[in-house]
Amino acid sequence: MSSPLVQGYEVVIGFETHAQLSTQSKIFSRASTAFGAEPNTQACAVDLALPGTLPVMNKAAVERAIQLGLALGSQIAERSIFARKNYFYPDLPKGYQISQFEIPVVQGGEVSFFMEEGKDTVHKTVRLVRAHLEEDAGKSLHEDFIGQSGIDLNRAGTPLLEIVTEPDMRSSAEAVAYAKELHKIVTWIGICDGNMQEGSFRCDANVSVRKPGTPLGTRREIKNLNSFKFMQQAIDYEVRWQIEQIEDGHAIQQATVLFNPDTGETRAMRTKEDAADYRYFPDPDLPPLVIGRDWVERVKSEMAELPRVMAERFITQYGLPEYDASQLTQSKAVAAYFEATANACGQPKLASNWIMGEVSRRLNSGDMSFEALPVSAAQLAALIGRISDNTISNSAARQVFDALWVEGADAGGNADATRVDAIIDAKGLKQMNDTGELEKIIDEVLAANPQNVQEFKAGNTKALNGLVGPIMKASKGKANPAQVNALLMKKLG
Amino acid sequence: MSDQALHLQSLVDLRATLATKQASALEVAQHFLHRAQADAHHAFLAFNPEATLAQAAAAQQRLDAGDTSPLLGLPIAHKDIFVTTDFPTTAGSRILEGYRSPFNATVVQRLSDAGMVGLGKLSCDEFAMGSANENIAVPSAKPQAVTNPWDLSRIPGGSSGGSAAAVAARLTPAATGTDTGGSIRQPAAFCGITGIKPTYGRTSRYGMVAFASSLDQAGPMARSAEDCALLLSALCGADLDRDSTSLDLAPENFSVSLNSHVKGLRIGIPNEFFGDGLASDVRAPIDQALQTLVGQGAVLVPIALPRTKLSIPVYYIIAPAEASSNLSRFDGVKFGHRAKDFGDLADMYEKTRSEGFGDEVKRRIMIGSYVLSHGYYDAYYLQAQKIRRMIADDFQAAFQQCDLIAGPVAPTVAWKLGDKSDDPLANYLADIFTLPASLAGLPGMSLPVGFGEGGMPVGMQLIGNYLQEAKLLNLAHQYQLLSDHHMHTPGGAA
Repeated sequence: MSSPLVQGYEVVIGFETHAQLSTQSKIFSRASTAFGAEPNTQACAVDLALPGTLPVMNKAAVERAIQLGLALGSQIAERSIFARKNYFYPDLPKGYQISQFEIPVVQGGEVSFFMEEGKDTVHKTVRLVRAHLEEDAGKSLHEDFIGQSGIDLNRAGTPLLEIVTEPDMRSSAEAVAYAKELHKIVTWIGICDGNMQEGSFRCDANVSVRKPGTPLGTRREIKNLNSFKFMQQAIDYEVRWQIEQIEDGHAIQQATVLFNPDTGETRAMRTKEDAADYRYFPDPDLPPLVIGRDWVERVKSEMAELPRVMAERFITQYGLPEYDASQLTQSKAVAAYFEATANACGQPKLASNWIMGEVSRRLNSGDMSFEALPVSAAQLAALIGRISDNTISNSAARQVFDALWVEGADAGGNADATRVDAIIDAKGLKQMNDTGELEKIIDEVLAANPQNVQEFKAGNTKALNGLVGPIMKASKGKANPAQVNALLMKKLG
Repeated sequence: MSDQALHLQSLVDLRATLATKQASALEVAQHFLHRAQADAHHAFLAFNPEATLAQAAAAQQRLDAGDTSPLLGLPIAHKDIFVTTDFPTTAGSRILEGYRSPFNATVVQRLSDAGMVGLGKLSCDEFAMGSANENIAVPSAKPQAVTNPWDLSRIPGGSSGGSAAAVAARLTPAATGTDTGGSIRQPAAFCGITGIKPTYGRTSRYGMVAFASSLDQAGPMARSAEDCALLLSALCGADLDRDSTSLDLAPENFSVSLNSHVKGLRIGIPNEFFGDGLASDVRAPIDQALQTLVGQGAVLVPIALPRTKLSIPVYYIIAPAEASSNLSRFDGVKFGHRAKDFGDLADMYEKTRSEGFGDEVKRRIMIGSYVLSHGYYDAYYLQAQKIRRMIADDFQAAFQQCDLIAGPVAPTVAWKLGDKSDDPLANYLADIFTLPASLAGLPGMSLPVGFGEGGMPVGMQLIGNYLQEAKLLNLAHQYQLLSDHHMHTPGGAA
């Protein structure tokens, strides 16, 4: 698949994502990591960098790194090194950040996903360079004080996993699809709560453009993209800006830029010339992080089934196409709903079609999350059962589904599967399975539409549609379309 | 022994005095507190008599209840590099003046738990950087260099100079110290007392204001090896919840092996420690001490530590590198000194740190920042780490031939105040015999073996293999049974 070009330029994007790890306590201290507490109430002596304090590794953060590595098929380094990144800033209490530099804990791996490209659904793979453990800084509060800045160190020492990709993405859409997939994985395996508003999942995009076949262009890094919408807007703006610069004969300067959602523009914060020298060196307070095979195996055995493993199982166990399997493993809730429905009705493909079709359409139009779905799996299974035993037609099933939705959304709603038959009866949606009655309707419609009959006989198969419509209408939608077709062919053949 | 004045008694003697009720813990505390508060050597920086006496009273209650803990009720004073809740902690620096820690260093807490009574805080070179205790910035109103109790015109050594001077002047029977490149051993030698730097990781670094994290190690300073063994037994042991570099070892009782015989013990004599750089007045007492040990059946084995000279450049790259980073937290934002007038943030940092740090500290921050800089890291820091490993390898080769190593602590006796204060390089070069063991992380100790020029004490250094502190203390104790150098008291202290 060739890359989509923008004004003849190829877009090259790499990502750095900071995922806050969902540990109870901080990466090198015992202070709580809970969000939203009063400033500086969740910062202990270690977080404040009081003299004499030392970091002690939180094993829970390491386990989360191992989990990510296992989920993405990466190497888990048996020995990785913590380094100090030295710089002065008021919200960095020690004057250095403990991070990993030369030898990170997670090395290599990949993220693969499906995305729409034109009319096609294509499979993409983005390679990872590494993921390393580090501590977050505190926050500077510039707005709340006049002529001064406040410092809140609650966030200082919160464990982060910085996940770095190769420059493998070729469009803003692909970048967003990658970010969504990564977001799905970290929340699925439970290492990160994924809350982008609270900064639990922050993305930096390295963006450059080039003429196809030429070396990589100079990149600019868009920092702190905290929503998928802004991500796409920011990259699109940045790409247009860079192309404009080049077309105007200007060279791109390596820089760090910020996206302003109000103006929709990116603006340079600092250029390479004033980049700090971080004086990285191995942190002498922390021995090398040693992860034995037994530790990795234990973490593996305790991990939930990974989305890609589950997708493979859906293909073999339920005979689903790869695309369906991938869509149904977008979240644990969707996957569980699918399995419950498929197992209850014994029609996995129909269950998949309904979930990817009607269910997701209704959720999207209501901007609802899957967790809020008002129709139970048992109800959907019963509904699918009534379609496949020809009790109701697909269009009637949609009416039943709507009714179930309204009932379920109502606080007094009943999730019971028996509601399906009750609604079918109440609405009189049962299909007409009496051939005699249906044949009578067909004969009347054929008599009333001689022109269609002639055209069909002359070889225009489309003329059949002009007959099916009136038949369905006359049956008040209760006729089984397959049965109608069969009878029509018999009578016209 | 215990009919002696209280301040002339060792810890072991004092403990007997308490046990036989010849004096109470309160009387002992008051006696030493009185002497310490009259200190003419500027060894003490802070007192808290109320806390001291309360601890003494609590110790007496335990004594009365029949508690036989060996350190119960005995006074101790702490180098001002350990954070303490009872006293301010300055690390000898203006930038921390007035700072009060909300917690105790593990070393302080363990001795307190053992029933020791804290007398006060002891002067040291700023952030433990120095070998003369002349790099003193506090109290900022009138900073005073510590003087050597054996000759008031001389330095006590550093950086644990206050600790060494206080023990030598009998202001406290024991003190804590820290040793990064010789800061326990060298002042112990210069002041005629006994001190031991344990294996790196033996004692917790939690609550020690960090200078060079991969080298810093706490240890006891006292009159005798016997007293040091008691203190080290209480100090050592894992502290894994607070210090990741702490060794996962159970506490060890170093007193039980003090009387092991030394017959057949192979003492390595490194050629490089006995060259032209060693003053003859230092060499003579060491040679004599070694002959005493030979008399006890020890065997002298010539060994080589070929990279001894390289330990100076290696140390003065690694230690400043780590220090430059460790000292970044002193930025005027959260605690300690902040400049009164400043413009923007960068100006606040610059003024705060310019005012707060002394010259030697600034010098090391600059050296450290330089060697870690992009483009210089490989040539300096990385290269130094490689040589550091080779120095450690040299020791392992030597320990194939000997059980421990003996040599001088310093090339000369204590020099005159001000003699080297304008010449940092001369100060650095004087560390040559203590740096190798520090870089290798090996235990080293200093014990008094006589007197040299000007009647100044001479110390002998013993270096052991990893975790062989017991061997050092054993040999030192056996020597001290046959000698009385550690019993000599400076004129003014009797």
